[in-house]
Amino acid sequence: MDQYYRLNKTECREFVGALTSRYQVVAPVKRGEKSFVFARISSPDEIASPEEYIPTIIPPKKYFFPQRETILEYDAVAQRQKAVMEYEKVVIFGVRTCDLAGIQCLNMVFSERPRDVNYLIRKNKLIIIGMECWDYCDEHALCALMDNHLPKGGYDLFFSDLGDYHLIHVNTEVGEEIVRSIGVFTEATGEDLKRLQEFREKKRSAFDTGIDLSHPELMDLFANCEDARVWEELGERCLSCGNCTTVCPTCYCFDVIDEINLDLRTGERFRIWDSCQNEDFAKVAGGESFREERSGRQRHRYLRKFKYPLAKYSRFFCTGCGRCSRACMAQIHIKETIKALIAERAGV
Amino acid sequence: MKRLQLVDSPYLVKEAKVCEVRQMTEHEKYFKLMLRDEPDLDHEPGQFVMVSIFGVGEAPISICSSPTKKGYFELVVRKVGKVTSAIHRLEVGDTVGIRGPFGRGFPVRILEGNDLLFVAGGLGLVPLRSLVDFVIDNRRDFGRVHILLGCRSPKDILFKDEVESWARRIDVDFSCTVDRADPDWKGNVGLITSLIPGVDLDPTRTFAVVVGPPIMYRFVIKELLKKGIPEKQIIVSLERHMKCGIGKCGHCQIGNYYCCQDGPVFSYDEIKDNLEAL
Ligand SMILES: Cc1cc2nc3c(=O)[nH]c(=O)nc-3n(C[C@H](O)[C@H](O)[C@H](O)COP(=O)(O)OP(=O)(O)OC[C@H]3O[C@@H](n4cnc5c(N)ncnc54)[C@H](O)[C@@H]3O)c2cc1C
Ligand code: SF4
Ligand code: FES
Repeated sequence: MDQYYRLNKTECREFVGALTSRYQVVAPVKRGEKSFVFARISSPDEIASPEEYIPTIIPPKKYFFPQRETILEYDAVAQRQKAVMEYEKVVIFGVRTCDLAGIQCLNMVFSERPRDVNYLIRKNKLIIIGMECWDYCDEHALCALMDNHLPKGGYDLFFSDLGDYHLIHVNTEVGEEIVRSIGVFTEATGEDLKRLQEFREKKRSAFDTGIDLSHPELMDLFANCEDARVWEELGERCLSCGNCTTVCPTCYCFDVIDEINLDLRTGERFRIWDSCQNEDFAKVAGGESFREERSGRQRHRYLRKFKYPLAKYSRFFCTGCGRCSRACMAQIHIKETIKALIAERAGV
Repeated sequence: MKRLQLVDSPYLVKEAKVCEVRQMTEHEKYFKLMLRDEPDLDHEPGQFVMVSIFGVGEAPISICSSPTKKGYFELVVRKVGKVTSAIHRLEVGDTVGIRGPFGRGFPVRILEGNDLLFVAGGLGLVPLRSLVDFVIDNRRDFGRVHILLGCRSPKDILFKDEVESWARRIDVDFSCTVDRADPDWKGNVGLITSLIPGVDLDPTRTFAVVVGPPIMYRFVIKELLKKGIPEKQIIVSLERHMKCGIGKCGHCQIGNYYCCQDGPVFSYDEIKDNLEAL
C-alpha cells in the first residue's frame, strides 16, 4: 500500500531545518536571473522558490557522476595501483520529475554489465527528495512530450504542493525513516489523494508542448531521419562548444586522463566529462574521424536521445528538461529541431 | 569527500611482463607479454586489450597472437602519439598494465567447416594474424584458406618471415600486393581490391574476413559482394576511438553499437545500415 503524508506549509521550515541538521542537503539555489544551481544549503531560505524555478544549469547528475572523478591511484615506479571511488552522503532536495527520469537513465547505463562500480556505490549513498511542478518552466520545457511530467519512482520522498500543504509520497524505507524521525508530518487521507488527482488532471492541459506526437510517432520520426536537411542546417549554426552535452541529464560520455605528481612517480587516473560535439571525440589513429562534420555530430547527439537508446534501453534519453536549448549559444532548440523534422517529413 | 578502495573496479589493470621486444618496421614494434598473476590471457582471436602506462594513459591494442599459443600473448604497436610512444620505450623485463581482453572476437565456431578468405590491409594484418594463426593451428577444421595481403611498400610488410611461411604452405593460397614496389620486389603492384576478382572461390561456403584502414572496407566489400559472397559472411573488424573498453565512455559508438563491447568484429549485414559504420 502506498504511503502518503501531509506536511503543512507552516511546518516546512522546521522540516528543512531538521533535515539540514542531520544531513548534508543540496537543493536548487538561485544564482541570477533565470539561473539556478544545485548547491549545499544550510537554511530553508536558500532554496529557490518553486514559482521562479527553472531547471538548474547542471542537472543533479553531478552528484551521481561527478564532472571529474579519480578512478585509480598509482605509483608508476613501484607499479602499484589502488582503484578508488569518491562519495559524499548527501540529500538532494527538490529534484523535479524530468531530473528523476534523467537519473533513471544513468542508472540503466552504469548498471549495464560490465558494471560501473564507482557509480553504483555512489548512487546508494544519495537520498533523493523529489518535487512536483505544476506549470511549465518556460518555452523550452518538453517534459510532457517525453512523458516525464509525472513522477515514476526514482525518489525516496516526493513532494506535491497542494496549496496550504504538501502531500508527500514515501517510496522507500529510507524516506519513511526521514518522515518518522523528523516528526512534523501527519497521515494523509483519501481526501488528500483525491485532491492530488485533481491537481494532476489540471496539469495535463497546462503542460502542452505544441508538438502533437505519440511516442511511437516520435520514435518513427527519428528512426528515419538520417538524411534530413535539418542536420546540415544545425551543423552550420553549431559552434561545437559542448554546452548542450554538459548540461544534459543523460549525457555521460567521458575521457580518461592520467596525471602524475611532482615526485614523478605517484599519480592518478581520472575520468572527466567529454562531449561528442568535440571534433576529435571520434577520431582514430589514422586521422580518420567518423563524425568530422558538425552536422554529423549534431545528428549523433539527437539520435543518442531519440533513437539509439530505444534499442538498448527501451526508452528515450531525452527527459524534456529543455536544458540543451537554454544553454545553446547558437539558439539550437530541441523543440524547433523536432518541429523542423516533422515539417521536412511532411514535405513542407 | 570520502575515498573508498575498490577491489572489483573495472579500471584495475593486470600486471604483465615484457619478455621480448622487436623493431618490426620504422614505426611498428612487436611485444611479447606474460601476465604475472594469471597463467594465460584466455582471449578469442580478434579481441583487444587496453595497454596501460601509469602516468601516461591507456590505448586499445589488438591481440595479434592466437589463443592456441598458451602462456603469453603478442602485440604490435605503431607509434602515433603519447601512449604508443610510451609503449615503444618499454624494454624486456619492464612491467606494463593490461585490461581485458575486451570485445567480441572473430566468430571462430561459425567459421569452422567453411572456406576462408582473409583480406588484410596494412596494420590490419595485426588483428587478423590472431585468426590466421588460429586457423593454421587447427587447419583440419576449416575448408580452403586464401590470404590476400596489401601493403604500402615491401618494407612495410609486418611479420615478414611468417608471411613468407604462409606463402610456402600447400594448404594456404596466398597473394600479396604493394602500392609502391622497390627494385627487389617481384610480386603484384596495385591496390588489394585488384587481387579479389582472381580468387577462385565458392561464395556460398566462403567467409571473407577483412581488416584494414577505414577507407579500405568500402572498396573491398564491393568486390566481395560482386563475387557473390553473402553479406552475413563478410566479417570486418572496426577501429574506433576508445577510452574505457567497457561500454561506458561513448567514444566508440557506431549507431546502436558500442564497438568496444559489441565489436570490434561485426558481420557486414549487422552494420551496413548503421550510420557512420563504414
Ligand atoms: C580495437 C582497437 C585495436 C587497435 N589495435 C591496434 C594495434 O594492434 N596496434 C596499434 O598500433 N594500434 C592499434 N589501435 C590504435 C591505437 O589504439 C591508437 O593508435 C592509440 O590509442 C593512440 O594513442 P596515443 O596516446 O599514442 O595517441 P594520441 O597522442 O592520443 O593521439 C594520436 C591519434 O590517435 C587517436 N587516438 C587517441 N586515442 C585513441 C584511442 N583510445 N583509440 C583510438 N584512437 C585514438 C587520436 O585521435 C589521434 O588521431 C587499435 C585501436 C582500436 C580501437
Ligand atoms: S550548445 Fe549549441 S553550439 Fe554548443 S555544441 Fe551544443 S548545439 Fe552546438
Ligand atoms: S571504449 Fe568506452 S564505450 Fe567503448
